[in-house]
Amino acid sequence: MDSSSYTPQELMVAVAAREIQDGDLVFVGMRLPILAYAVAHNAHAPSARGLFEVGLMRDQPAEGFLGTMGDPPNVAGALWATRMSNVMALMAQGSVDLGFIGGAEVDRFGNLNTSYIGEPAHPTVKLPGSGGGADIAILSRRWVTLMSHERRRLVDRVSFMTSPGYGDGTPHWRKRNGLLGGGPAAIITTMCVLRFPELGGEAYLASVHPGHTVEEVRAETGWDLKLADEVSETPAPTESELGAIRRFDPEGFWTRSA
Amino acid sequence: MAEAIRRFVPDGSTVALGLALEPLIPFAAGHEMIRQGRRELELVGPISDALFDQLIGAGCVRRVTAAWIGNVSEGLGHCYRRACEERIPGSLDIRDHSNFSISLALWAAAWNVPSLPTRALLGSDMLRTNPGLVAAGGLVHVEAVRPDVAIVHVQQADEMGRAHAWGPLGIMEEAGLAAGRVIVTCEELVDADVILGDPNRILFPETKVVAVVHEPGGAHPAPVQGYFKRDHAFYRDYAEQSRSVDGYLAWLERWVMGVPDRAAYLDHVGLASLRVSLHRMSEPVDYGFE
Repeated sequence: MDSSSYTPQELMVAVAAREIQDGDLVFVGMRLPILAYAVAHNAHAPSARGLFEVGLMRDQPAEGFLGTMGDPPNVAGALWATRMSNVMALMAQGSVDLGFIGGAEVDRFGNLNTSYIGEPAHPTVKLPGSGGGADIAILSRRWVTLMSHERRRLVDRVSFMTSPGYGDGTPHWRKRNGLLGGGPAAIITTMCVLRFPELGGEAYLASVHPGHTVEEVRAETGWDLKLADEVSETPAPTESELGAIRRFDPEGFWTRSA
Repeated sequence: MAEAIRRFVPDGSTVALGLALEPLIPFAAGHEMIRQGRRELELVGPISDALFDQLIGAGCVRRVTAAWIGNVSEGLGHCYRRACEERIPGSLDIRDHSNFSISLALWAAAWNVPSLPTRALLGSDMLRTNPGLVAAGGLVHVEAVRPDVAIVHVQQADEMGRAHAWGPLGIMEEAGLAAGRVIVTCEELVDADVILGDPNRILFPETKVVAVVHEPGGAHPAPVQGYFKRDHAFYRDYAEQSRSVDGYLAWLERWVMGVPDRAAYLDHVGLASLRVSLHRMSEPVDYGFE
């Protein structure tokens, strides 16, 4: 197993895993975050619990490969198999420390669009919709999104705000609108990590992944991207992180195919 | 199956299905709806996995009231996109929900109230596109959604349609209670003693269930805990083929229109490798009382 080379997806999973703190209750969701939970649990967050809107809570990764959160290996050994509304109850109470949301389009204030490109009545692209995304964006204490870094996906303002981040970016937008949770903490892309000021607002470039440059990231971002005082290089995935990723995704279904 | 769909799912019905999200999807029932040429349906569901896309592509659907329509492990639903973007095979009315709000909409109908309030969806543009989501007093009021019929696939049921399901339940229970009637399809038809011996595991009151269909493999390619793994490759193949209208129609002919029923469909699937072989039985519980 070669740990000197890795795919952009493997790096994203490793970076996402580092967002999980030990003891967190994590709303895991679908796709790469399923692997991120497994990696974090294997490394620095052995007591993190995973919550899945299908109706599951776990304190350890599933023993087998997961194509979806509802696959049978995720049920065997669960801490709780239940109905969705019970899982949502925990999030509505503010008990979810961290949520993951897949993004199709994101803007400078961290708002996500997973519904419509173009006019909702006549969309040029119809995306699948919220799923649990809007619930996580509004109710979890903090959340992270993962997406491919393309200029058409990182836009100045999304035309449709499926899952609100910091709204119009004015101070205390979330509080004014009654949103319970704290909002987005990071946007992890195939090129970099964007973060937000402590009180929310506009995203800034925090770190660039190995092999990419600040100029490249800015060129592929649809607004004039602010930079951190010191933009660092994203630490590459460690051997142990890659080992865990490849154990839980042995065929590269999530991390080695296009 | 054909009789259950003919009698209880007429054209124009509001049908809730795919209620446990990725597992226990009643694909066999959905395919029978396509074969019978159902039209003008409203589909209700949370995250729906491929079955909604197939029904839309076949021209069965007028409206979708759901949180997510696509192919969970593969991404976009191509028939859904074509219907929304190009009106192929026809236009589609979308009622956007989140997973939480569609659950609340069904609980509201189950409890016979006009709406239920939540802190979720505050600030989301779904409030602009779905008239059934109304912000007032710092909360979002989610209007009740009442399906005419809910269709579920479960592990075991008896002849009265009392159903045992296990694993995560998604929004099965609220959908069954909200619906006017319930159709149950099952892996195994068992004696009433087996079901009534563990009444905690029964999903719905028997008064809601109008039909029970013994349909082994009726959820393929979706997983059924204790019976079948998820057929990931089948979802990938569907995603590839449904990219074009012609590809979708060829897929439909092979897997739906060209087979008379589920048994014939299963003859084309390599079921052996999907069958669960390492069983993990739970301990029975004691209902003794004297």
